[in-house]
Amino acid sequence: MTTETANTTLKPETMQAITALTKRFPQPDGALLTALRIAEREVGFINPHVCEQVAEAIGMAPAKVWGVVSFYSTFRRDTDGKYIVYVCSTLPCALRGSERVFDHLAGKLGIKNGQTTPDGKFTLRKAECLGSCGTAPCLQVNQDEYYEGLSLQMVDEIIEDLGNDKCPARHHTV
Amino acid sequence: MANFEPILSKYFNTPESWTLKQYRSRGGHYGYATAKKAITEFEPKALVEEVKKSNLRGRGGAGFPAGVKWSFLPENGKPRYLAVNADESEPGTFKDREIMAKDPHNLLESIICACWAIQSHHAYVFIRGEFTREAKRLQAAIDECYAEGILGKDVLGLGKNFELDVTVITGAGAYICGEETGLLSAAEGRRAYPKIKPPFPAVEGYFRYPTIINNVETIQCVMHIIAHGADWFRGIGPESGPGPKLFCVSGHVQKPGLYEVALGTTLREIIDMAGGPIGNIKGVIPGGSSMPIMTPDQLDTPADFDSIRAAGSFLGSAGMIVFNDETCIVNALLNLARFYHHESCGQCTPCREGLGWLEKLCHRIEFGHGKEGDVDLMDEVSVMIKGRTICFLADSLIMPVQSYIAKFREEFEYHITQKRCMTDTEAGKFKAIEDMAVTA
Repeated sequence: MTTETANTTLKPETMQAITALTKRFPQPDGALLTALRIAEREVGFINPHVCEQVAEAIGMAPAKVWGVVSFYSTFRRDTDGKYIVYVCSTLPCALRGSERVFDHLAGKLGIKNGQTTPDGKFTLRKAECLGSCGTAPCLQVNQDEYYEGLSLQMVDEIIEDLGNDKCPARHHTV
Repeated sequence: MANFEPILSKYFNTPESWTLKQYRSRGGHYGYATAKKAITEFEPKALVEEVKKSNLRGRGGAGFPAGVKWSFLPENGKPRYLAVNADESEPGTFKDREIMAKDPHNLLESIICACWAIQSHHAYVFIRGEFTREAKRLQAAIDECYAEGILGKDVLGLGKNFELDVTVITGAGAYICGEETGLLSAAEGRRAYPKIKPPFPAVEGYFRYPTIINNVETIQCVMHIIAHGADWFRGIGPESGPGPKLFCVSGHVQKPGLYEVALGTTLREIIDMAGGPIGNIKGVIPGGSSMPIMTPDQLDTPADFDSIRAAGSFLGSAGMIVFNDETCIVNALLNLARFYHHESCGQCTPCREGLGWLEKLCHRIEFGHGKEGDVDLMDEVSVMIKGRTICFLADSLIMPVQSYIAKFREEFEYHITQKRCMTDTEAGKFKAIEDMAVTA
């Protein structure tokens, strides 16, 4: 059990919203993936305590919820950096230079695949196909914006902006 | 084929194409006029017949006729569901993403038509978690529809006692969610484990209720079929599998991207639309990374379900990946082996363990540690895996393994005997495009 239980309590209205959400499904469990996303957005990550609350709001066993969380690869954990940089490394991106993007980032940030910078700002991950093969190579920051058709210069600019907590909006895809 | 007028992607480049206002301003059969036509002019069964007659085949990978799938629903009075598969994760495929981001109302109108046909009152759209922008656009479009009375208690206010809700479910990073029963498991709040068929989802699907699962692009075709008629649809491309098709072209081409053509356009024509290859073509994967590779002598094959099949591959999801002759085929296979091994859900031993063995074999061949007989061993392992698992994921690696070995065996052998690559690339790396000796 985590020591940060105090900071990970969901707001009562979030719990109610999750319970309300279950009505949109033939059985309450159907709301789980969406509910986890809602909880993740509020707390910033998923840990056992968050799972317990989501389980309670839906009416599921906490262990089952944790089992689901651990199956999928993109729920944020409390050990992740502020910005998780996912670099697509599957074939279509690899053919167009995603390895260079990754190696460049790893060198720049001084970390390897899966690691987080000491200041807790960046986590670097190789991702499997992000569905941006026509605009390869690409990376995604925090399950949010895609940055596509990357050059190493763009990568530098994106990291610089994120380092200053600025949104690298000029590189967004419309 | 150059004169083909885009149907599915017609408004992709129009400003604000994702808003209801723009969607209505298009006039014609857009703006929910077709949904109105479907509900007021067609009995549900007649609509299923119309789609059956159009011979619309699934755009997600298997190519199963959509109308036939719809007609499998049992008449048992149980609620039915439509699950739209938007978990586009097959490497090389990026068409559904564009549909949801650029034309969500067109998709919703088709969902209404499809739900009327199969008499479903709730449609779930399962979008992969990475597609945040797409999920937002679709959700915004759904909200607009509820606000305008297009969805809800009385669809379009037609007084036909037809209620319809649409709910978006987002995944969280698992390729297996794209397998239809894996998708259902995920949407049921469980690990995305595929289920044994039969029973097929049309009989026992989402929470064991009859469920139809269709790909986004398949559904998007429905409203055009209703608007223009099944005969019009059949007139586009080959009779055995007609219609417009979004091809996703990636890899070594000058202008990778999405190209809409009629089915039956040749692979060569599609590659030419994408600006032609960079360098000389070594191979083309026609339908997403899991399909067998085709060689340059097969480029005049028409890209339709049956022609590609006759040529020894599958149209799949129409994700075309082009390799030029400076690509190390062993490294390409290693990349795919890593992908499929990583994405195995772990239920079936042959897949969970076997794909790992294949990855290791590829790895040692690529890095110059291959042993004599390794290629045969890979083939042998493949035979042991194929067809021995619940779902199709394991076979999705076996098809490339067997076809790459069959067509490029000498490259594998060269790696084993010479401890280096025929294309002179560093082990585990692809040559960068700017370093290629392109003679254009």
